[in-house]
Amino acid sequence: MIEGITAIGFLVVLASLLGVILAVANARLKIFEDPRIDKVQEMLPGTNCGACGMPGCRVFAEQAVAGAIQPSQCRVGGPETAAIVAGYLGVDAGDVEKEVARLMCAGGTNVAIQMAEYVGYPTCQSATAVAGGGKGCRYGCLGFGDCKAVCDFDAIVMSPTGLPVIDPDKCTACGACVEICPKKLIELRPLKQRLLVQCKSELAGDGILALCKVACTACGKCVADAPPGLLKMKKNLPVITDELIHLQARDATLRCPTGAITWLNDQTSAVAKKEPDHVV
Amino acid sequence: MTATAAAQTFRHGIHPGENKELTAGRLIERMPFPEEVVLPLSQHLGAPSRPIVEVGEKVYRGQIIALADGYVSVPLHASATGRVTAIAKRPHPGGKPQEAIVIACDPTSPQTLYNEGALSWEHLNKNEVLTAIQNGGFVGLGGAAFPTHVKFSIPRGKRVQFFLVNGCECEPYLTTDHRIMLEFGDSILLGIRILQKMLGAEKTIFGVEDNKWDAIRSLREKIPSDLPCDIISLESKYPQGAEKMLITAMLQREVPSGRLPIDVQVVVSNVGTVAGIGDMFAYGQPLIERIVTVTGPGIRKPATLMIPLGTRLRDVIDHCGGLTDDIRQVLLGGPMMGTPQFDLEVPVMKGTSGILCLTQSQAPSRREYPCIRCSACLDACPVFLNPSALGSLARSAKYEQMLAYHIMDCIECGSCSYVCPSNIPLVQRFRVSKGLLRMKQAKEKARTN
Repeated sequence: MIEGITAIGFLVVLASLLGVILAVANARLKIFEDPRIDKVQEMLPGTNCGACGMPGCRVFAEQAVAGAIQPSQCRVGGPETAAIVAGYLGVDAGDVEKEVARLMCAGGTNVAIQMAEYVGYPTCQSATAVAGGGKGCRYGCLGFGDCKAVCDFDAIVMSPTGLPVIDPDKCTACGACVEICPKKLIELRPLKQRLLVQCKSELAGDGILALCKVACTACGKCVADAPPGLLKMKKNLPVITDELIHLQARDATLRCPTGAITWLNDQTSAVAKKEPDHVV
Repeated sequence: MTATAAAQTFRHGIHPGENKELTAGRLIERMPFPEEVVLPLSQHLGAPSRPIVEVGEKVYRGQIIALADGYVSVPLHASATGRVTAIAKRPHPGGKPQEAIVIACDPTSPQTLYNEGALSWEHLNKNEVLTAIQNGGFVGLGGAAFPTHVKFSIPRGKRVQFFLVNGCECEPYLTTDHRIMLEFGDSILLGIRILQKMLGAEKTIFGVEDNKWDAIRSLREKIPSDLPCDIISLESKYPQGAEKMLITAMLQREVPSGRLPIDVQVVVSNVGTVAGIGDMFAYGQPLIERIVTVTGPGIRKPATLMIPLGTRLRDVIDHCGGLTDDIRQVLLGGPMMGTPQFDLEVPVMKGTSGILCLTQSQAPSRREYPCIRCSACLDACPVFLNPSALGSLARSAKYEQMLAYHIMDCIECGSCSYVCPSNIPLVQRFRVSKGLLRMKQAKEKARTN
């Protein structure tokens, strides 16, 4: 009996003693942290994708509270999240434009030839190390889907012709696919950009057509037809001048002999593509 | 050759079937000049050369047609007399088309050298020899094609005790270095004389695998008594020709992680490079041709050929009687580390040690099974990594964690994939992981600057 009382008494004394130490430590050793950081972090998507350039959402929240970064720089959250965060912090949301990843190759298996069968480890990164992967066009999409595998938002599916199709609604422009693509075929473009050059072949002339029916032959017709200054030829490819994007018009695509330069029907649609003359 | 009880070697490694008998006994043949040579400006590690000729210009064999663009770069010489027909993008073994100078060879030309004549080297100081090597366009002929003058520049405060000449040729099928040692012994010894003096090395040591016993014997007989030079016979094993493995095998010295052979007072060079440098000082020929083993069951007439640089694979294969009907794969280099090619328009480059034609793919699409922890890969890895653990990290894309397992020390020899009973594509994953990690590091560096 007496042992039981001693034990309980001892534990009570010990618990209160430790409680006092904790209370003192809490008061004396407290590290102040802005409580808004936790709140802002809760508002953010929490995907830790790194698209903003920060290591994760927590650091983004710290930076946003400190005023070092604008809420709209979180592309994943989009304008809604930016508005909520900005409203909470009482700062300007900023106007970072919505971007989406676009594939700059249209050479699916129906139009582009394969010169060799690649039988190794089935990733684009690995195939590229083996003399470029076996596709006739050395610049074209290999279709093993490294971009699909790396996408955290399920925005990429592979088409029956072996090309990734990016859903603009799901795409958050985090840039993971841009980074992984060994052929550098995916680019982040403003959502409103409807004029796209879907080819990366740096070769000039019709020779490339033996390898891919929808390649750019560097004929320059689009440059001539576009509003002055909008398109410029660089490395045998037309390049869109970003500052003049508001001038974009369908005219530039009309005389393209292969359909390498395309015009999107609307911002969200996939590509309205001219059918190639014949299919491989 | 004196029989030793146990031949020297390094620990771990593998011994794949050698298959060298197809070409090992054949003399080096000189291949006739093709109609056209394609000389990519980027045949070496480092900055591509800068062309100084124009389309339509007549060029002579051995003339400089592109200059070194920076220190880690070498000039490019015309490999045949003829006319420049184009400077444009052409197929390149690396995959993407690269800028190349195309020369239509003059069929009536005697193809004599532009600057023939011996160079005197006895009075040259270190830097003059290095400049001569750079101007000769020399890169490591073993395969990596790293500019030789950079490798031979000894940093201040470092000294060279041993100059190692790499005659291992541990890749199956290839007999390039073997034939060079048999037929170009005098060029090699002249090269050694020059390089040993330039490097200030105490002694030169050949490392030759014991399957090339005839080369060892022939070199032993040739070595003059006044040259401090020795030959070590090594047990035949892959990847003994890798620089760090060779140093361990020959001297029992380990090059620390992330350091260079010079940190253990050693400089290593491929035997072909040494012979080429000897030839340049003997009669003024820069690096405009190289010896290539054309072999494998998929070629009708296997041979070891002296080929002008820039000759397209198609021309080489035609010269060797063409491919057999059941051909499956054409590789540049050996079966372990070579890269398959799918376009025979690519040219023979400075780093091309072999053209291997296989009738059965080396990488058949076999099903991958789970790792059974047999540790065969650990016993094979010559740099003592843990390929099993690295493989599972790579599979789940945990690249940062791979750094803790020293992925950057992987020499990509492929021994792990070779021995894996579960067909796990280990080395393939490591190559991809290393590429991605390097990309990430470069990005971080750019951000901090």
